[in-house]
Amino acid sequence: MDTQVFDMGDVDIAWCPGCGNFPILRILKQALTEVQIEPTNLVLVSGIGQAAKIPHYFRTNVFNGLHGRALPPATAIKAANPALTVIAQSGDGDMYGEGGNHFLHTIRRNPDITNIVHNNMVYGLTKGQASPTSQIGFKTPVQVNGVFLEPFNPLAVAVALDAGFVARAFAGHVEQTKDILKKAITYKGYALVDIFQPCVSFNKLNTHQWFEENCYYLEDSHDPSDRNRAFRKAIETGKLPLGIFYINSKKHSFEENIGTFKKDERPLYERELNTERLHALIEKFKTAG
Amino acid sequence: MSKDLPSQNKNGVSIVLCGQAGMGIQTVEHLLTKIFKLAGYNVFSTKEYMSRIRGGTNSTEIRISAYPVRAFLDRIDILVPLNKGAVQHVGKRVSSETIILAEKENLGDDFDHHRCNCIDVPFTRIAAEIGDKVYSNTVAVGAITGLFAIEREMIDGCIRQFFAAKADEVTKKNIQAAGAGHKIGTDLANSQKLRLDISSDSAVQNQILLRGAEAVALGAIAGGCNFISAYPMSPATSVLVFLAKHAEDFGIIAEQAEDEIAAMNMAVGAWYAGARAMVSTSGGGFALMTEGLSLAAMLETPIVIHLGQRPGPATGLPTRTEQADLELALYAGHGEFPRIILAPGKLEDAFYLTARAFNLADKYQVPVFILTDQYFLDSYYNIVPFDLSDVQVKKHLIETRKDYKRYELTADGISPRGIPGFGKGLVVVDSDEHDTQGHITEDLDIRTKMVDKRLKKAESIADDIIPPELVGPDDYKTLIVCWGSTYNVVTEAVKNLARSDVSFLHFRQVYPLHGKTADYLRSSEKIIIVENNATSQFAKLIKLHTGIDIDNKILKYNGLSFTVEELTESLSKVLD
Repeated sequence: MDTQVFDMGDVDIAWCPGCGNFPILRILKQALTEVQIEPTNLVLVSGIGQAAKIPHYFRTNVFNGLHGRALPPATAIKAANPALTVIAQSGDGDMYGEGGNHFLHTIRRNPDITNIVHNNMVYGLTKGQASPTSQIGFKTPVQVNGVFLEPFNPLAVAVALDAGFVARAFAGHVEQTKDILKKAITYKGYALVDIFQPCVSFNKLNTHQWFEENCYYLEDSHDPSDRNRAFRKAIETGKLPLGIFYINSKKHSFEENIGTFKKDERPLYERELNTERLHALIEKFKTAG
Repeated sequence: MSKDLPSQNKNGVSIVLCGQAGMGIQTVEHLLTKIFKLAGYNVFSTKEYMSRIRGGTNSTEIRISAYPVRAFLDRIDILVPLNKGAVQHVGKRVSSETIILAEKENLGDDFDHHRCNCIDVPFTRIAAEIGDKVYSNTVAVGAITGLFAIEREMIDGCIRQFFAAKADEVTKKNIQAAGAGHKIGTDLANSQKLRLDISSDSAVQNQILLRGAEAVALGAIAGGCNFISAYPMSPATSVLVFLAKHAEDFGIIAEQAEDEIAAMNMAVGAWYAGARAMVSTSGGGFALMTEGLSLAAMLETPIVIHLGQRPGPATGLPTRTEQADLELALYAGHGEFPRIILAPGKLEDAFYLTARAFNLADKYQVPVFILTDQYFLDSYYNIVPFDLSDVQVKKHLIETRKDYKRYELTADGISPRGIPGFGKGLVVVDSDEHDTQGHITEDLDIRTKMVDKRLKKAESIADDIIPPELVGPDDYKTLIVCWGSTYNVVTEAVKNLARSDVSFLHFRQVYPLHGKTADYLRSSEKIIIVENNATSQFAKLIKLHTGIDIDNKILKYNGLSFTVEELTESLSKVLD
């Protein structure tokens, strides 16, 4: 497979020059190519925002829904047809702010989808307000005296909810990020990949340089099956760890748990109503109901 | 004391059970309706209850008749109050004709107050003798069925079935309790204190007994529903519960979402991937779904919404009924797009219309509503079993070609719908305005074309509108207009009027309105609208589409359905 299968050709890309979304777009195409996912078998689900436009620069199936609402349809798409590879992708405002409740409960539900969050710690499309992950003291036209809300910690929340796969990457590091994405996509269950990225237009604090200086990779000795250690790493302050924090290999996915596909692997669209069974059910109302 | 209860030449017997939540009224209702139906009586039951798990005062009305009766009656022939305050709860409905079967000790002053009508039946003492006060409800079941001389075998069979999951001892004690009650009932009947003269009809035995929520859920299955996502909310929860119960048998994914926003977005996603999905909610929950409704419209993804109305605004009266969310369904969702709103009046409608909703949603790629209410969902009666040869799951999916465009412009605005993973094409949908491929665009010419395309579907939808049903003579002078759940109560009230110049027009599709609507209205000298709301929302819709004002309005919005008597009286006043 060649990454070109995902290329849209000549499209007008709405991102600013130097935006961290560009490398993520490239890296994701490479990762999907390397794990051999065909465009016809992939669905990219997104919300609204600059990151959420990524499916439009991708030659594949697309469900670009509402702001904050990527995870519920992604869950349903996978449940309706488990043969599809489903990736829900959006920015930090979309996934952790507007969609915060869905984020929590999708982790609990554990559908076999990959959740990629472009985390640039700022709202880009609405021009520079604080996002749930903006750091304390970050000044914006709305947070005029600087952010004083505790930043949302997606990794700690995900580990606390025993998410199946929890990782953080940096858009500036192609190989490491690609490796993390490949593992997330092939993980059977909900996989969170929070990707740090600079916003060149609205975040002058967390720049490419800042991420380079303030991040480090988890040591080789880090055991991703150790949930307590993963949590400790997730709440570390100062330098921020990158890599795969946590993997729970014992969880059953939502599609497995609902039982719909236990005896019948066919996706929902291939199935027909069992009229005899319905007739029998209606008959029951003659006596029991 | 000797009482003749109304026999079949009126409208059967009305029995009301009244007591606190948690006292087991529902068990009594369940058993009695089943037993009477099996014995060949026409049965109707409806309940009104408070929004609490224990305490309060709730009541259930069960009507038994030789002929089909399907509406809430004011009159109480036999009242079974289970606690102090129960008589007061149904207060105005108790007349000098009402027989009260009650336990003197339980009723206190109420018993003496209504002495002339009270028959002391020691339900609790008998139950305690059998082993536990808990059996007193079953003693009541026995007493009531005894009055009708229903055979013990039938009663015991129902009890066995009902308590099948419990220990044998429980079943045994309940049968014993029913037996003791039955003897009292039989003795009462024989002693001429009470005379019941209602004939049964063996045809009823072959009918089905169910309630609105079950008819909606069965209709959904018949329509090929294989995905329901919902957040529990009275009175719409029971549709989710029913589908969850039968999920395995019919390959249905039934998911309780974290909120209604998720429920709606899941359902839209499910349709996108080839499922046939529905949501079930009430007004407040639907308010949260409106963003997703607009999404479905923009993506042109089918969606079926069961909206079980209850009184608002806000939390309103959670367990009561109203028809006040018509305008909500009609105008919900930002932007302009076509939609279809169906409002069942009969249980048969609930089944066939819900099945049809899935086909319509799929065919036109628009939102389709099933608009019910608490009264409709919680009322039971017996009907002829649904005919499955009348329903068919019609899928409107195509296998995509390599060059597939989801929003290809067509003459009727309907673009063939593909799904991901079926065919060689790609399926791209976007909540932003999009091009024929489905990708985001800000080309304003394309915008205009896409709006026109979406709205153009209304022309095809118009061919599929269900006409209103005219009941009564064609040469009416007065026309009563109603919609949704008021069908049965209007039927009975109009029958009571016994006028040859009055007909009624019932709409089970309330939007879009059928083209003949204006003709029906213009043929009438007088038009009366009957609605279970305060602002006659349907009359306003009619005015908007036909220009015709309906001046005579009979409206009710205290949280209860119309009763047969009050509607008869209100209609009489307008007719005089």
